[in-house]
Amino acid sequence: MSSVLHAGAQVLADPMIGFDLGALARNFWALTIDGLTYGSIYALVAVGYTLVYGVLRLINFAHSEIFMLGMFGVYGTLLLLGFTPSGNAYNEGIPMTILYLGIALIGGMIVAGGSAVGLERVAYRPLRKRGAPSLVFLITAIGASFVIQEFVHFVLPKLTNGKLGGVNAQQPIRLVEPVDVFSIFGATVTNIEIAIIVSALVLAFITDRFINATKFGRGIRAVAQDPVTATLMGVSRERVIMLTFLIGGVLAGAAALFYTLRVPSGIIYSGGFILGIKAFSAAVLGGIGNLRGALLGGLLLGVMELYGQAVFGTEWRDVVAFVLLVLVLMFRPTGILGESLGRARA
Amino acid sequence: MRRSTPRLAGTALVLAVGLAVAGCSSKSTDSGSDSSASSTGGGSAELSIQPLVQVDQDGTEVKADSSGTPANPAGDGSATCAPVTIAMAGALTGPNAALGINILNGATLAIDAHNAASPDCQVSIKQFDTEGDPQKATQVAPTIVADTSIIGLLGPAFSGETKAVGPVFNQAGLLSLTASATNPDLTKNGWNNFFRGLANDAVQGPSVAAYLVNTLKFEKVCVVQDDSDYGVGLAEQITTGLGDAADSSCAAKVKTGDKDFSAAVQVIKGEEPDAVFYAGYYAEGAPFASQLKESGVTAAFVSADGSNDPQFVKQAGDAAKDAYLSCPCGPAPDQFATDYQAKFNAAPGVYSVEAYDLATIMLLGIDSGVTDRAGLVDFVKNYDGDGLARHYKWESTGELASALIWIYQVK
Repeated sequence: MSSVLHAGAQVLADPMIGFDLGALARNFWALTIDGLTYGSIYALVAVGYTLVYGVLRLINFAHSEIFMLGMFGVYGTLLLLGFTPSGNAYNEGIPMTILYLGIALIGGMIVAGGSAVGLERVAYRPLRKRGAPSLVFLITAIGASFVIQEFVHFVLPKLTNGKLGGVNAQQPIRLVEPVDVFSIFGATVTNIEIAIIVSALVLAFITDRFINATKFGRGIRAVAQDPVTATLMGVSRERVIMLTFLIGGVLAGAAALFYTLRVPSGIIYSGGFILGIKAFSAAVLGGIGNLRGALLGGLLLGVMELYGQAVFGTEWRDVVAFVLLVLVLMFRPTGILGESLGRARA
Repeated sequence: MRRSTPRLAGTALVLAVGLAVAGCSSKSTDSGSDSSASSTGGGSAELSIQPLVQVDQDGTEVKADSSGTPANPAGDGSATCAPVTIAMAGALTGPNAALGINILNGATLAIDAHNAASPDCQVSIKQFDTEGDPQKATQVAPTIVADTSIIGLLGPAFSGETKAVGPVFNQAGLLSLTASATNPDLTKNGWNNFFRGLANDAVQGPSVAAYLVNTLKFEKVCVVQDDSDYGVGLAEQITTGLGDAADSSCAAKVKTGDKDFSAAVQVIKGEEPDAVFYAGYYAEGAPFASQLKESGVTAAFVSADGSNDPQFVKQAGDAAKDAYLSCPCGPAPDQFATDYQAKFNAAPGVYSVEAYDLATIMLLGIDSGVTDRAGLVDFVKNYDGDGLARHYKWESTGELASALIWIYQVK
């Protein structure tokens, strides 16, 4: 009897799912800023999923590994620049830090963009030439994802004399320490958060202009809309596909730099998986195949995930994200902005 | 002609990536040579995990008893015995190999000291790799039992594999002396050959909780747990042990594999606790500690043996400073650390000292004239003596009579 009563009290004291609007209200702005920071990282990765889907109708599950390789690209570039892993932040002064971060950004973009194009050539192009059914592409994508992960897990440490890869996360190289710059409504905003959000928005804007206002972008949109007619009009489909993978990879490389600024000890062979799934959900949330949808979906998912955790408890993080996804898809099956890449006007 | 352009460009890109990777490998060997880049960074003293105090279940300090002399595996050198073998079973390859190697090296150190001193009693050690996997262990166990030259076993190393193969060793009457399997249930199987050389998990939780409340006087602690069996079990014991000091409004649950903890960090920041207890492993504990520090949380960071690893300090960097890490494992005395470093070119790790002590106990048994498995089990059952890490005397269950927990701090 007493044990039954005790069990009842336990349930009251430790509810499985909490509902604490107060926690959300108290930390609203801090959560919003954190959410936008992660959201802009999701958004940049989501672009890779959405563009490839728009052009090839392929969900490139190996894109999360492209992001992970981008992190190693950033880390490798910093090692080449002469930085050594240490507990302390370097704090080289603003101009030099921006320069080093710029070089690391380019390093991450080259590695991620290069491996995205390489992946396309090695894994997808041969299948396309043989006219393989779409299911085969999907399985290849998952297989490629494993191959890349295990490469970084087992082969990369041997190639780099243990400097890169392996079972443990890389010992962090911290270029800047987070410094509070200003505060809105009691929530402080750090230099790192400003840098991430602003650069991500700039990159998103550039990508949007590239797709919507250049000759190359017109080619991508044309192939997405109608591959056969686009080819008849003189658009090289293969070139468009390569360009699409390149843009997705480059943006994933940029996202990798921002992520490592925020989570310096997150550089590990398995580090892309969860983030990749989130970014893919963001792409679906905004309307897969739609560039602006991916950007909006990323920001929205990042923010909602943190609000949800504050209200329901941290263990419900992924549930919140996916319930949101299901709810949106129930009422708008094509995602918030819907529409495919080819017809995107919004 | 047109088709060759993308192919060329793609090949060039792949080549560029290849060059970048190759460049990394050739240049990274002289890391840190660029003084302009590292002028301000990395200058601080290296942080490491240092032993602080040994505590009992009330959280009060228990001074290491310095009156006794730790047993010396070398003995007086006059022992004579027929050549016998001690087996060591644990993960020697695979992701958890570090722990098994710590144990094997510790035992090897004891056996080498013994053999060098006693020319007429040569004991050898045979290693059996289980990869820490219960299934692999069940394949290895019969080989150990069938080898009649083996009269004692150091291991198995992990709780899961011990649970799986314990009955096999029990049936064979082979001494199973573990330096690292800490699941409390292992001694409840009625095995009369199983002895644990350190405190179990049911001791660690209450001891650490009592230390936080009674000695460090923390009044508000946020308990954060991961989703592993280890983390969930530990968090439960810590929360119970902390009593009113455990604040449920900032208790959080995270997932193994997560690297960003913003929501938990923001909530904890708002609650301004005295300490944050993390029940989980270093892979998540390290980024969690950094993110707490980066967002301005000044609460003490406390964690247990899952985070008590040099990797925690490496990855958390400055944020690891002053963190409290508990462990049932004892610290390595200076002389032991020097000998170990000289022999294996590595610092002794978690459980190296336990392995050395337990191997020493078996060697003392052999020196005293024990020649078979039953004799060695009896010897350990009645053993009462000091080792490097602690006093060893077992209850009939196979648990230590006095089980204490060490608190370490990153300094």
